[in-house]
Amino acid sequence: MNNLDQPADGTHVAPTRSDAYARRLKRRYKAERRFRYAGAAAVVFSLAVLVFLLGNMAVNGIGGFQRTVIEVPVDLSQAALTVPPGMEDEAVAVRALQTQGLPEIVEASARRALGEDAAEELNTDAWRIVGRAIVADPSLLGTRADFALPASEALSSAYSRDGARELQPLAQDLAARGLLYDSFDPGFLTRSDATDPQLVGIWSALKGSVLTMIVTLLLAFPIGVLAALYLEEYAPKNHWTDVIEVSINNLAAVPSIIFGLLGLAVFLWLFPSMRSAPLIGGLTLALMTMPVIVITGRNAIKAVPPSIRDGALAVGASPVQVVFHHVLPLALPGILTGTIIGMARALGETAPLLMIGMRAFVATPPAGFTDPATVLPVQIFLWSDEIDRGFVERTSAAIIVLLGVLLLMNGLAIYLRNKFEKRW
Amino acid sequence: MVNEQTAELPSRERLQQHVPAPIVAEEQPAPQVKMCARDVSVFYGAKKAIDNVSIDIHPQFVTAFIGPSGCGKSTFLRALNRMNDTIPSARVEGCIELDGEDIYHSDMDVVQLRARVGMVFQKPNPFPKSIYDNIAYGPKIHGLASGKAEIDQIVEKSLRRAGLWEEVKDRLTDSGTALSGGQQQRLCIARAIAVDPEVILMDEPCSALDPIATAKIEELIDELRGRYALVIVTHSMQQAARVSQRTAFFHLGNLVEYDDTSRIFTNPREERTKDYITGRYG
Amino acid sequence: MMMEHTVKAFDEDITRLRGLIAEMGGLAELAIQEALEALVTGDEERGMQVVIRDKKLDALQAEVDTMAVRMLALRAPMADDLREIIAALKIAGVVERIGDYSKNIAKRVGRIEGRSRFEPLTLLPAMGELAAEMVHDVLTAYAARDPFMAREVIERDVKVDAFYDSVFRNLVSHMVENPSTISSAAQLLFVARNLERIGDHATNVAEMVYFAATGAYPTDIER
Repeated sequence: MNNLDQPADGTHVAPTRSDAYARRLKRRYKAERRFRYAGAAAVVFSLAVLVFLLGNMAVNGIGGFQRTVIEVPVDLSQAALTVPPGMEDEAVAVRALQTQGLPEIVEASARRALGEDAAEELNTDAWRIVGRAIVADPSLLGTRADFALPASEALSSAYSRDGARELQPLAQDLAARGLLYDSFDPGFLTRSDATDPQLVGIWSALKGSVLTMIVTLLLAFPIGVLAALYLEEYAPKNHWTDVIEVSINNLAAVPSIIFGLLGLAVFLWLFPSMRSAPLIGGLTLALMTMPVIVITGRNAIKAVPPSIRDGALAVGASPVQVVFHHVLPLALPGILTGTIIGMARALGETAPLLMIGMRAFVATPPAGFTDPATVLPVQIFLWSDEIDRGFVERTSAAIIVLLGVLLLMNGLAIYLRNKFEKRW
Repeated sequence: MVNEQTAELPSRERLQQHVPAPIVAEEQPAPQVKMCARDVSVFYGAKKAIDNVSIDIHPQFVTAFIGPSGCGKSTFLRALNRMNDTIPSARVEGCIELDGEDIYHSDMDVVQLRARVGMVFQKPNPFPKSIYDNIAYGPKIHGLASGKAEIDQIVEKSLRRAGLWEEVKDRLTDSGTALSGGQQQRLCIARAIAVDPEVILMDEPCSALDPIATAKIEELIDELRGRYALVIVTHSMQQAARVSQRTAFFHLGNLVEYDDTSRIFTNPREERTKDYITGRYG
Repeated sequence: MMMEHTVKAFDEDITRLRGLIAEMGGLAELAIQEALEALVTGDEERGMQVVIRDKKLDALQAEVDTMAVRMLALRAPMADDLREIIAALKIAGVVERIGDYSKNIAKRVGRIEGRSRFEPLTLLPAMGELAAEMVHDVLTAYAARDPFMAREVIERDVKVDAFYDSVFRNLVSHMVENPSTISSAAQLLFVARNLERIGDHATNVAEMVYFAATGAYPTDIER
């Protein structure tokens, strides 16, 4: 009993009823309030940073989903163009039209409608749009139609980015006539890489990322889960398993670029012809993701209460049945969480993939796992290196696409996890 | 005046010499033996948890194991269905037989043994599945039924025998963990019954339950008696007295006394037994 | 020395119960002696005291009953403790009846005339002393939880019975020779009968002591 707590006039007061105690109590409450405010402030700060980042991305990237187009009336009635019959492959059909002179027809139409200067600023590949439209709908031949064709990079820069000073009067003039504007460009998601920012697309990088992720998942998930099961359920607890556990923990912390070196040394030595392929990239990323899955998997399996195991054993289940009928289903939510974390990290990895050479300029999307490809982060990195200012917006747009894919992947995994959690 | 409370007491041995045979109820003809243990010792690493225990379990009786904490009764119970195998440092010496077969012999299939000797644990541990799946799991993995109709029958029979059918027959797809504690324990008992065992071991089945649920389980034990050989570990002497016909008192890993329940609780032979059940222990 | 219960209050309860029985025993023994003294000396006042003190014995028996039932309900006693409490319950009832017999003897004090000439009157104190000794010893056996002592007390009942037979013959022949003393002699017959019954009851107590100590009854003793 603290004598300081007792009132001066000599009466006796219970220790928790004295004034000194009341004062201390007030201080405790104040400290608690401060702590709560600090927590709230931290949350607010984090949210602000997040909002700022996303807002910045959105503002910069919105422009990346648009491109500058010129409206060109194309007269196909005069031309003697035919779509070769029986041509399933669009690329080949378009090439046939090219040999028949479609580019010149388009250019002539543009010159007639908009003048020499404007026609010159039409994108060199603009005719392909007309060609693809014709292949899709041959009835266009013999008609006159308006096409919104992409402008050249210079004109686009003059129009929306205050560049190419000499073209700005032309741009303003066309814009005033309503013939030059920025339109939403869904082709960004279906086209592949190109040197011209007006023609560039994210599709090949997206497909490359998806293929690489598939390889990573197919390798890292089974191996990781089985390794976790073995280490938790079957491995004897001796010195060697301790060594393995320490090794796996360290592996999870290794910088990702080291895995790139490993991939370079081993996988490319094994499959030298498959540089830049999603298979190699997937193998490398799988090595990186596996330790994460093993660690979270082990924790999830450890968390399954032993009473469930005992109950299953007592009914006469064999050890394998106990694991696969009882332990694994209960540990699955935790394992899936670990997988989400691992895969999200793998999706955003650039360094190891650069090391194994997935930095090629890939103009066509990969057809399979062994074709050269690139992935979204690498594509972003490459575009950010370009001098042309048109790539800046495209880069931000690509980042938005990357975030979108990440969200989709996480959403899928969370859905799966909730589904399994509810069922059991 | 008579008031010597501290007179020297005659020794127990001297008393026993003069005690005429107690008048007890007519003994039945030599009871059959379902499981027998001979000179069984159980070690955890170097520590001896059970020291040379020999005991017969009879199929028509409920046998209770009583004793203070740490006396090894649960360890011995788990040795009867080889649940100690899950502990790497556990070692069993001696012979335990089920219907004459040594259960620790390499010929004995552990999985089959555990289907014949079922176990119910202290804390009810239903699988996080539906009530139906909880019961159906055992028969499925042992292949005891072909087709859903047969499994349905087994599920109903087991739940009826466990006294749970009326309460859950309309909600067999509900999760087993959504039941109350007493119902969960009866579910676990039904789960053990579903694989048609010969012996059911119960490790303090009521210690996590309230008095009413406990009474229901005790009634269930009485109903199951005769159909299965029941062995129940309990730290409540009143419960052992109520449900069992044979009681074994364990102390520090030794089997001190094993006799008719009424004899143990009215006039035990061993001093240690008497001290424990009258509350003079420790 | 028997180990104490982990719950000390249980030991205290048992001690109190045994104390009550001991007290009852002492009172019963005193009652026998005082009643016979009063009878022989013709002291009606003393006899009155015996009758009054018997009420205390009744009260003590009621207290033992209550205590025993309470302990059975609250302590759930097993084995030795259970037998001890059941025995205490029964012994209290028996001792109370012994007290009633003494009261009965004391009531007859005023009905005896012409004491100085009554020869059989001198036999009774000796018989009473035997009976009182039996009561004293059986309660000592109870306190000591000694079944051998209890058996020995049972064996002594033969002597009391023999005494009764001799007193009976003596009184009958006295009545035949002196018909005028028949009513007083009849009273003495009853007194002798009461003392013989006291002896029997003491053996009942002995059986209970034996049961509490060993869990069995002494079936092979002739009484």
